[in-house]
Amino acid sequence: MAVERAPKPGTTAAAIDGAARRADFPAFDRPHRSGRPLTFLDSAASSLKPRVVIDALVDAYAHHYANVHRGIYELSEDATARFEAARATVGRFIGASSDREIVFVRNATEAINLIAYSWGRANVAPGDLVLTTEMEHHANLVPWQQLAAATGASIEYVRITDDGRLDLDDLRERLSRGPKLLAFTQVSNAIGTINPVAEIAAMAHAAGAVTVLDAAQSVPHMPVDVGALGVDFAAFSGHKMLGPSGIGALWGRRDLLDAMPPFMTGGSMITRVTLDGAEWNESPWKFEAGTPAIAEASGLAAAIGYLEAIGMDEVRAHERRLFEAAWADLAGMAGVRLLGPSSAEEHAGVMSFVIEGIHPHDVATILDQEAVAVRAGHHCAQPVMLRFDLPATTRASFSIFNELGDVSRLADAIRVAQGIFGTA
Amino acid sequence: MDNLYRDFILEHYRNPHNTGVLDPHDLQFADSNPTCGDEMSMTLRLDGSGERVADVAFTGRGCAISQASASILTDELRGMSLDEIKAVDPRDIVENLGVPIGPARLKCALLVYKVLQGAVIGAAARWPDEAEVLGGANAGGSAP
Repeated sequence: MAVERAPKPGTTAAAIDGAARRADFPAFDRPHRSGRPLTFLDSAASSLKPRVVIDALVDAYAHHYANVHRGIYELSEDATARFEAARATVGRFIGASSDREIVFVRNATEAINLIAYSWGRANVAPGDLVLTTEMEHHANLVPWQQLAAATGASIEYVRITDDGRLDLDDLRERLSRGPKLLAFTQVSNAIGTINPVAEIAAMAHAAGAVTVLDAAQSVPHMPVDVGALGVDFAAFSGHKMLGPSGIGALWGRRDLLDAMPPFMTGGSMITRVTLDGAEWNESPWKFEAGTPAIAEASGLAAAIGYLEAIGMDEVRAHERRLFEAAWADLAGMAGVRLLGPSSAEEHAGVMSFVIEGIHPHDVATILDQEAVAVRAGHHCAQPVMLRFDLPATTRASFSIFNELGDVSRLADAIRVAQGIFGTA
Repeated sequence: MDNLYRDFILEHYRNPHNTGVLDPHDLQFADSNPTCGDEMSMTLRLDGSGERVADVAFTGRGCAISQASASILTDELRGMSLDEIKAVDPRDIVENLGVPIGPARLKCALLVYKVLQGAVIGAAARWPDEAEVLGGANAGGSAP
């Protein structure tokens, strides 16, 4: 192997040294069976965890753990203070105007279900129109289908253009029929498109629709300010943003949350219970029935601290640089078809592609043999696959610990797959 | 050791046996692999007794493993009785592929089994227990 003396082109300007960041992630200590260093390109499914997050979890369980909001003793007060401090951290991170707009949930899926059950069943009536898009993850699609079925509302889907954008003309046309709600994603988990959220939210509000943003793929990878975006609800998961699994957040405008009935009922979401009935706690606690993910909240706060120390602008810039390099590499390869917008401005660090003559599962298996971890399948977005007439795609997604070498290893591994299948 | 893509798997993938749709047919079933959405459909024609397979054909878009597995299994079905088909051991299907199938690819290898059982016993057909199949395949395969 040649020793490179001069810096590789494109790396000198990098504000984040992806290779150095790897040291923060213990997952890379685990040897891959190939004996090679792992190239991890599946952060869109779930991110690896930096040491600080793991340490925060362990510390919370070891030294700050008791049930929250209940105990009249020091340890419980400590746990409660940390839990509520984590809520404040999450709120500040996404530009909430109050901590009380943050509801802790298990993940984005639960957050969207909460809106669909609580806001949806109280506000959607027979004959109403519910609008979502063809681009959605099943988590932002099936709950709305269920809502429509349960309430007698109709449901429609904003179309995707051939180059993988939301069709804004189609959106405008459907909005003209006065939908109650528009649920859409900021970043497509399947093809990486970044949608113009502020523009879409303004269009929806002009039409009188409440907006629900699936921010699961955006909050971990770019600056997100819910106030500036102008949406009404946003949902995201801790596990995709370097944090623990089992915790996520729903952000909702305070007036909307206050007016909503509870989702799940039980302990801690009430103020008073008699055998005749119950009175609800205030939001957000009204929506947090039962013992929550206490230590995980501290883990999530630690993940946010780690991301903020880098800076979300830097995170986005780094992943954009990787996307540009990967797009250029793969677009130049015979038999490779890339999905989604080609402009880095409109494309997050999520690259979906198909290799002619090789099924995505086979691509992923061969890449795994080369120690390159990618996703293959429909990415829980089957309508997107249907839109592009594909059974599945292979998807590479980037994070802060990736570097340009990961992009070359991806391209090399694709060449190995093409060699095995004799397609190149 | 890691070589899932031996030549005969690729050969079955490129030129699968028994593809198409039998018209008319006596039995038919279609299903998909929940992990990737790949679909497979199978038609079977029975002999005069109505008890044995006279002919079989399958269609579907899928990966090399699912296509090769279907190609290899359907080669063995002609002349088999329906009871024999019901008794097919999914571990044998994995073993007949002759390559190391891990948990991530097991459903690819067994989609043809699921579809075949569906054709014979209907919607009551279930995916086999994965741990059992993998345990069996590993026990019968190479020792560490």
